[in-house]
Amino acid sequence: MAQGMTRRASLLLGLGAMAPGLGRAEEAAVAVVIEEFAFTPAEIKITRGTKVMWTNKDDEPHTVSDATPKKAFKSQALDKGETFSLVFKEAGTFAYFCSLHPHMMGTVIVT
Amino acid sequence: MTEVSRRDALTCMLWAGTGVVWSVAGGIPRAASAATNGDFSFVQISDSHIGFNGPPNMDVPGTLNLAITKLKDVRGPTSLLLHTGDVSHLSRPAQFDTADQIIGTSGMDAHFVPGEHDVLEDDGKKFFERFTKAGARGYYSFDQGGVHFIGLNNVQNLKSGGLGLLGAEQLAWLERDLAGRAASQPIVVFAHIPLWTVYAEWGWGTDDAAQALTYLKRFGSVTVLNGHIHQVMQKVEGTVAFHSAMSTAFPQPAPGTAPNPGPMKNVAPGQLNTLLGITRVHEVAGKGPLAIIDTPLMG
Repeated sequence: MAQGMTRRASLLLGLGAMAPGLGRAEEAAVAVVIEEFAFTPAEIKITRGTKVMWTNKDDEPHTVSDATPKKAFKSQALDKGETFSLVFKEAGTFAYFCSLHPHMMGTVIVT
Repeated sequence: MTEVSRRDALTCMLWAGTGVVWSVAGGIPRAASAATNGDFSFVQISDSHIGFNGPPNMDVPGTLNLAITKLKDVRGPTSLLLHTGDVSHLSRPAQFDTADQIIGTSGMDAHFVPGEHDVLEDDGKKFFERFTKAGARGYYSFDQGGVHFIGLNNVQNLKSGGLGLLGAEQLAWLERDLAGRAASQPIVVFAHIPLWTVYAEWGWGTDDAAQALTYLKRFGSVTVLNGHIHQVMQKVEGTVAFHSAMSTAFPQPAPGTAPNPGPMKNVAPGQLNTLLGITRVHEVAGKGPLAIIDTPLMG
């Protein structure tokens, strides 16, 4: 699973907008919890270079997927307890959703 | 009563006409189950979620097995079984194996459509290769017993904030599939997510279902069978009867009665099997909607 994430994340690296979280303990991450079919908090504001880590606490699998047609990022289906992280390197507003439950939406604002 | 009566089916539909049917489970004498008069019937199961393991059901293969056993009691002479998706919980090969093996014990001719849980890997390729051989992208049609069956895939390429989606390519295929068909032929459409909007707040509907329904409008008898919402609901619109089936794994709350559509965890001991079940559809004289009977695993 970790390998899969790394592979997916390294694809993102090529896009330049985001880079994978390396999972180093010392690297601070802003946490978003996926619980009760919602991203909490639904909107976060971070500065460039910050890592965001999503943790699924539902029994139901969820994904973290780019909501725009660019489809720049998409996690694999996160089972209960699994995490996904991204480092946002560029400023902008990034809308995402759960591709399994598209009414679940969130936003990352990077300044 | 010795027959799955049309009057009963219509009664259900009257309730449906007033809004939401909360439960029409059971209610049919066991003796009525065998279609001895030669009418065509078939059965539906849904949402087996093999791989789910948590409250309220720690033995999902066990309840699927029970459902298959129950089928033997109620199916009558039919050999046709439809599964309306979420065969697995996480699209894992071992989960597909288990489901395949258990459903195989029915000895029935099973036809599947994907649920969103079945296409989590490789854009669903593994599921399609195994469960929808007639349709490389999860949709296909076939004829049996004079009825035209159409399996649809409305669980992929969903849009943020949206509902289920068929997509332009599948809609074009559907239009071609129906072109030239006699309007008197009964049509059964089966797809995972409801093709009518049950509850948009929870994503329980399909964005482009209206387009599909325009192709079906001219037919005299259209039955739409869905899963996804893990509970029985019915609605009739003109000649189209919509129906959603119980899960064989876990119940989900009625729309708006819980903060989210996740599994109902606090089911009283012994009550779980009254909330899981199977569906049997019976063609009545080939006219109007088909009679649909839901049977819980227990109760």
